[in-house]
Amino acid sequence: MKLSRKWLNEFVDLSLEDVDDKAFAEAMTVSGSKVEVTEDLSADMKNVKVGKILKLEKHPNSDHMLVCQLDVGEKEPVQICTGAWNVHEGDLVPAALHNSLLPGGVKITKGKLRGVESYGMLCSLKELELTVHDFDYAVIKPAAILGDYHPIDPAKPSISADIKAGDKIFGKVISAAVKAVELAGVNRWRCTLNLGGGEAVTVTDCQNVHAGDLVAYDTGKDSICSLEDLHARQEEFPHCIADGILILHEDCKPGDDMAVLLGRDDHVVEFEITPNRPDCLCMIGLAREAAVTFGKELKLHEPVVQAKAGGNIHDMAKVIIEEPELCPRYIARMVKNVTIGPSPDWMKERIRNAGMRPINNIVDITNYVMLEYGQPMHAFDFSCVDNGEIRVRRAREGESIRTLDGTERQLSTNMLCICDTEKPVCVAGVMGGENSEIVGDTAMVLFECANFNGPSVRRTATALGMRTDASSRYEKGLDPENTAKAVERACELIELLGCGEVVDGVIDVYPGKKAQTTVKLEPEKINALLGTDIDEGTMRKILLDLGFTLDGDTIYVPSWRGDVEHYSDIAEEVARFYGYNEIPTRFTGGIATCGGFSPYQLCERQVGQTCRSLGLDEIITYSFISPNYYDKIRMPKDDPRRDSLKILNPLGEDTSIMRTTILPSMLEILSRNYNYRNKSAALYEIGRVYNKRADGLADEPRMVSIGAYGMEMDFFVLKGWVEALLKDLGTKRPHFEQERNNPSYHPGRCAKVYVGEELVGVLGQIHPAVAANYGVDAEFYCAELSFETLFAVKGALPVYKPLPRFPAVTRDIAVVCRADIPVGDMTEHILSSGGKYLVDCVPFDVYMGHHITEGMKSVAFSLSMRAEDQTLTDEHAEETVKRVLKALNERFGAVMR
Amino acid sequence: MKELMQALRAASIQAILAADDAENLENLRVRYLGKKGELTGILRQMGKLSAEERPAMGQMANQLRTEIENAIEARRTELNKAMLEKKLELETVDVTLPAKDVRIGHKHPMYNVLDQIKEIFIGMGFEIVDGPEVELADYNFTKLNIDEGHPSREWTDTFYFTEDSKILLRTQTSPMQVHAMETKSLPIRMIAPGRVYRKDEVDATHSPMFHQIEGMVIDKGVTMADLKATLNLVVEKIYGEGTVTRFRPHHFPFTEPSCELDIQCHKCGGKGCPTCKGEGWIEVLGAGMVHPKVLSGCGIDPDVYSGWAFGMGLERLAMGEYKITDLRLIFENDVRFLEQF
Repeated sequence: MKLSRKWLNEFVDLSLEDVDDKAFAEAMTVSGSKVEVTEDLSADMKNVKVGKILKLEKHPNSDHMLVCQLDVGEKEPVQICTGAWNVHEGDLVPAALHNSLLPGGVKITKGKLRGVESYGMLCSLKELELTVHDFDYAVIKPAAILGDYHPIDPAKPSISADIKAGDKIFGKVISAAVKAVELAGVNRWRCTLNLGGGEAVTVTDCQNVHAGDLVAYDTGKDSICSLEDLHARQEEFPHCIADGILILHEDCKPGDDMAVLLGRDDHVVEFEITPNRPDCLCMIGLAREAAVTFGKELKLHEPVVQAKAGGNIHDMAKVIIEEPELCPRYIARMVKNVTIGPSPDWMKERIRNAGMRPINNIVDITNYVMLEYGQPMHAFDFSCVDNGEIRVRRAREGESIRTLDGTERQLSTNMLCICDTEKPVCVAGVMGGENSEIVGDTAMVLFECANFNGPSVRRTATALGMRTDASSRYEKGLDPENTAKAVERACELIELLGCGEVVDGVIDVYPGKKAQTTVKLEPEKINALLGTDIDEGTMRKILLDLGFTLDGDTIYVPSWRGDVEHYSDIAEEVARFYGYNEIPTRFTGGIATCGGFSPYQLCERQVGQTCRSLGLDEIITYSFISPNYYDKIRMPKDDPRRDSLKILNPLGEDTSIMRTTILPSMLEILSRNYNYRNKSAALYEIGRVYNKRADGLADEPRMVSIGAYGMEMDFFVLKGWVEALLKDLGTKRPHFEQERNNPSYHPGRCAKVYVGEELVGVLGQIHPAVAANYGVDAEFYCAELSFETLFAVKGALPVYKPLPRFPAVTRDIAVVCRADIPVGDMTEHILSSGGKYLVDCVPFDVYMGHHITEGMKSVAFSLSMRAEDQTLTDEHAEETVKRVLKALNERFGAVMR
Repeated sequence: MKELMQALRAASIQAILAADDAENLENLRVRYLGKKGELTGILRQMGKLSAEERPAMGQMANQLRTEIENAIEARRTELNKAMLEKKLELETVDVTLPAKDVRIGHKHPMYNVLDQIKEIFIGMGFEIVDGPEVELADYNFTKLNIDEGHPSREWTDTFYFTEDSKILLRTQTSPMQVHAMETKSLPIRMIAPGRVYRKDEVDATHSPMFHQIEGMVIDKGVTMADLKATLNLVVEKIYGEGTVTRFRPHHFPFTEPSCELDIQCHKCGGKGCPTCKGEGWIEVLGAGMVHPKVLSGCGIDPDVYSGWAFGMGLERLAMGEYKITDLRLIFENDVRFLEQF
């Protein structure tokens, strides 16, 4: 919402001198209307003056440029060159002088144009960021100046180069020399022409005709020909263009500041209004906030309508609301004998400064009222409303409407439309239809001032892809009471501008009238909530200033404050103007609580800490993936994990299902790093997977995902990491089992890891086919561990064991056994059968080849033995070794080498 | 005999001083002081002396032995020192050569910031709670006083799993307020960080998945003064002591009164600069007093208990702290990025 400080002054005495931009922004922001930015409109247009062209001469070194001497209100005239041909001696034009600034940050300084000094630039509408709606007379229509003729084919010119006055061009069109040009009204010039044999005087609205020019003159129509009249193309008359300098027909004199003339001597404050305060999307709403913020009086104006047109609207039109839920109120008023034309400057300025464009008086009035009252309005050409009947109904199947922006819109049955007996004439609250648009000859206007259901307008606007100034206000839910005031204001403006006669009577269909909200004033509760000690009188004053009324302890909430319904809302109103920053900062006590991490959270932190101490970097990946990621990791088609929670409205395929496995996320990041040519990566994530539950929600267990490539990476490095994690958690000794059937992993380099009976997870080298699916030919190593299981198998607090007092004895043994027996199984068996002295067993060599039978292998173990109460003797050691060898032989058929 | 000893003294001291390694020195010791050494040789002639001369000569011989021994010891120390110096010289390394590569893992920068915040709140008696991301619309919206027509419920804004819009990906961590109120005993002091999801296309400041931290206190007699006191402390912990804050009214459906907390721009001191977009203030978080409707909806009597809550975005905080310029870097997980923190 943009607020003009100049306009605001009409409601609250707050001049820029009294309250500067910074103070205004700060005070409004802390009272709840957040200021985004303040723009000094004049800062964008500096040293642009009204100039009067005293003298106009041809540029000595250019065939198309003109040199002007301008009176800009100073002692000496200023010389400016221009390439535009629509200027005349005596014209008032905007002149950007030396060291001036134009909108968009364009700086103008003096310079030489083809050797001639130019002390600035004459400006077109566009250079001032205006359109013809701002100055409707500034439509430029060029005549074909024969001196500018450039034949497309130089060999075959349509007009000969030596053409002179009186020569025929075609039909009744002859060449004529302009002898004199004088102003004959706005955009009209009387030209005296030499026709070779005689003279003619004709009036033209072409601005680029000057004495001395040769023009084409249609003797039949008595008019100077435009390009169109000659069927000429633009490139044939390159300088006769529909563009040029803005010729001012305003009440101004040389030296006047253009910024002031255009109403840019204004500061515009842009607010970010929260969705609960649609009442602040207008001048009056913000003025009320400003008045209370600065302790000033709010000056509101009560519109008065004469309605002298005769007749009564009830005899002319009828309004039927078929959908009272979607349209709680619809007010219509009628204006007769409408004269469409431009709005007065003050209105155009305010519309412009609020960031909108002036169009014509009727449309401008509806926009002006919207800016002032926050109530969107619509104006129908009543002659286009069949049978004079307005029906507020849902669109019918197959109905469509061409909206004011010229687009054909397909309507659906949940869209509310304003219709006549036959057809939709407006998409309710969004945009009107072209079929009932206000046009130049509109004579009767029906003003609509209605209240529509916010979400319905929003959904319609979204579905049609058109968010308008009206819909963005309606969608927040407007005050139905406001419509009556707004429509009166519009009619008052009609009479004020003299652009029509208001018909007596108001059609007001109001099925959605609500009772006024009341809240009890409870000062103690408010103070208890805020932690303040504000006296009741202060509270009452704030509420009254905001437009609430009070009767004893009963607060009557004004209709525009639909957001207030509870004492806590009243507390906010009080707090806003008492000052949030005046509320003390203190602790009021309460019962002490002991914060901290839960055991689960501590475990999660511990796992993360260990991962980092192993050299792994933490990653964060999206929880949603693409269904084809399951194919990429070669998950079997019948794997239950393929039954993922599916987002019905995803952003795209890649983020459309909730992951049930964390592996693709890791592979995605590994391959991304690999593709970035990062030599190595070692990563971990503790992230959730989302397993569908019968009730439609999800179990969201955490997984520890590890992934790495590069470095000295192999299976055993990965296994070391997993073992370190488990060891750090103090779990029982893990057990690794070869896993040949996980299709995501290398069948020979994959293991499942167990602690006791609990499967903790899987680790191994990623299957080359999977890597290939990620476009990678490197060895990726990954582990997927269930964090929930890790937490479950985490060891208890360690209990101190006395350090050994007697030295250990070690014996190395080597046995020969079948090659397919896992060494891990042998180690575990040794440990479980080695007797009380055996404290550790570490396999240190596996050998196959020379001297070992095919299909067999030799495995060497280092056994450590120790007793707690004595130094072990050789006999003890030998006895243990014998037990071990016997056990290995019995279980695995292994024999000592 | 006296002359002999004097000659031995002179010769031996000279030889000892000239010895250039430990082996030579040992040889000299044997030569002069050994069982068959020169001093012993001289002492053997003691028998030839008169009884009167013997004590003086004996004393002289012992003195000479001590002298030679001391000289040898002194020389040995000298030689050892020289040898050590030589060894050290040989062992000298170029300390500017690169170190052996040691890998240390890095916490993700965003979780660095999250952990910092967790610790601040734990220090104030808060616990950390965790809840589902696949959530009921009831918890994400309805129980938070966000009515059916609210724009955030639209399918253009929120990810849904069911056609009836009942199950969704939570769009905020605020449903954790409801879960906490429904399941925990009072009083409650908690924060709930976690992932949230909104239908935003990925760009430099948007991501369909991001993180929020929710916080809530419910107790008897809790006021907006508590909210301000706590959040001021938190902000000072995050942004440094003396950080100037400003509380400004705002709107959230589930708190009333609601506010946003701004900190004065540390770069310009509030004058206005590009960092604060000319406003002089930087928005940090949203907060407010838990709406009485929300309290009673969760079975807590608003006439007995009150509470305050806040929510903040983690990504923006981390990006501010580490001057990260593009949100995409956070989820891209390039090791060259991760290893900077």
